[in-house]
Amino acid sequence: MKLIVTVVGKDRVGIIASVTKILADNNVNILSINQNILDGFFNMILFAEASESKIKLTDLQQKLREQGEEIGVEIKTQHQDIFDVMHKI
Amino acid sequence: MITIEDILETNRMITVNKLDVRTITMGISLRDCAHPNIRDFCRNVYDKITKSAEFLVSTGEEIEAEYGIPIINKRISVTPIAIAAEACKTDSYVPIAETLDRAAKEVGVNFIGGFSALVEKGYTPGDKTLINSIPQALASTDLVCSSINLASTKAGINMDCVREMGEVIKRTAELTRDKQALGCAKLVIFANAPGDNPFMAGAFHGVSEPDKVINVGVSGPGVVKHALEDLKGANFTEIAETIKKTAFKITRVGQLVAQEASRRLGVPFGIIDLSLAPTPAVGDSVARILEEMGLESCGAPGTTAALALLNDAVKKGGLMASSHVGGLSGAFIPVSEDEGMINAVKSGSLSIEKLEAMTCVCSVGLDMIAVSGDVSAATLSGIIADEAAIGVINNKTTAVRLIPVPGAKVGDMVEYGGLLGYCPVVPVKSQWSSEAFIARGGRIPAPVRSLTN
Repeated sequence: MKLIVTVVGKDRVGIIASVTKILADNNVNILSINQNILDGFFNMILFAEASESKIKLTDLQQKLREQGEEIGVEIKTQHQDIFDVMHKI
Repeated sequence: MITIEDILETNRMITVNKLDVRTITMGISLRDCAHPNIRDFCRNVYDKITKSAEFLVSTGEEIEAEYGIPIINKRISVTPIAIAAEACKTDSYVPIAETLDRAAKEVGVNFIGGFSALVEKGYTPGDKTLINSIPQALASTDLVCSSINLASTKAGINMDCVREMGEVIKRTAELTRDKQALGCAKLVIFANAPGDNPFMAGAFHGVSEPDKVINVGVSGPGVVKHALEDLKGANFTEIAETIKKTAFKITRVGQLVAQEASRRLGVPFGIIDLSLAPTPAVGDSVARILEEMGLESCGAPGTTAALALLNDAVKKGGLMASSHVGGLSGAFIPVSEDEGMINAVKSGSLSIEKLEAMTCVCSVGLDMIAVSGDVSAATLSGIIADEAAIGVINNKTTAVRLIPVPGAKVGDMVEYGGLLGYCPVVPVKSQWSSEAFIARGGRIPAPVRSLTN
């Protein structure tokens, strides 16, 4: 199962570290990261592979969401299929 | 490979433009529940619904979370009760409606449809019992929705039932007068009703459907409006192309949700209903799409043409995105459930007569319109007959969901809350009587399907 994690919020130190730590702890492999800062706002889209992971997607989503709340950014974790079906024929 | 722009576009549609899947509706056949004893019948019905739909809500919530797409409603439709309950030796189906209500609450869905009868050609005793039970059934339940199909292109219009339904609407309004006639918001009168419609209040599980089925209704007026905002001054070819592309994307999400729900629940996938279903929230309105095309207010001359284009383009875009399309499929124009429609009625640009014209080119009919409580049953029947005629002649579904609010006068505001919304009481030309016309009864014959001018 491929996942897409989007992170948006005010920039600060350690956003990528805290997100990727949760992914690593749950055996989710990162495929690519696209990240930039626009007007002081942190934007990141992370592609990941979760087929080796044991954690339920909804539990992983919750962990990331809670982490996001702690550091003041919004973290969305979605199954890649929703983007594939909408944009690929 | 998915691009960053694609991801941002999808998430913008969901968060800013209120893209959602409006409903996952599980159709459940109750034909195997028949029993002469109503108590046994009710037990069979309760058991079948609660067993079949036990995981419907939790599965819907799982899909919602995993894909990050809101799924607003999880619902159930059942075999028209007039058919399923016909063997019961009883003169009232109210206890059956109460059973449906309990079962719906037990599994956590927010509506259950199918307290219905199909009577376009005439009544069976079960149809009669059901129709007589509607006012009390809607007054004594919270989640049960009722519908009657009283006309079809193949059979014509059952004018006895047209007369009767005017009176049923009035009685339902009276019995739920403490809630501003809320019962009438749960009662739809159809011509050419589809048996696979996932949307309430008109959903029922048609007689030709499998034992269980998953039907999904999509939505997304906000997304279409947003796409048109970038096309200021563009011609209608470009408008139609953009709507098609947008409808394709919306429908693909619906198809994904439907397939997942079907797989996880082990219930066959039926259809996607390609509908633009508005809500009273700002930014989720069909009327605002029409205005985006250049009309100052919905109802202005040009509105019917704009709606025709919208309805057609949504279908063309959606058809390719789904393996099976059905239900009502088109733009909905419920007044109280659409912020732009409410505004248009308030400003006086939109009248019930213009809405009637609009129903010739969109998916349903005169929907969620509050009228004054002193509008007579015969006038309501006249409106039903007109709407049924439009459906029968044009070979399309039409419907009427009118709410004659007791004690309310034209211009008063009535409020139902949630998705049912709020709206001003709309004027009806009730000063001219339809009494003698409606009193005739009988059947209006099926129309000729050639020489179609």
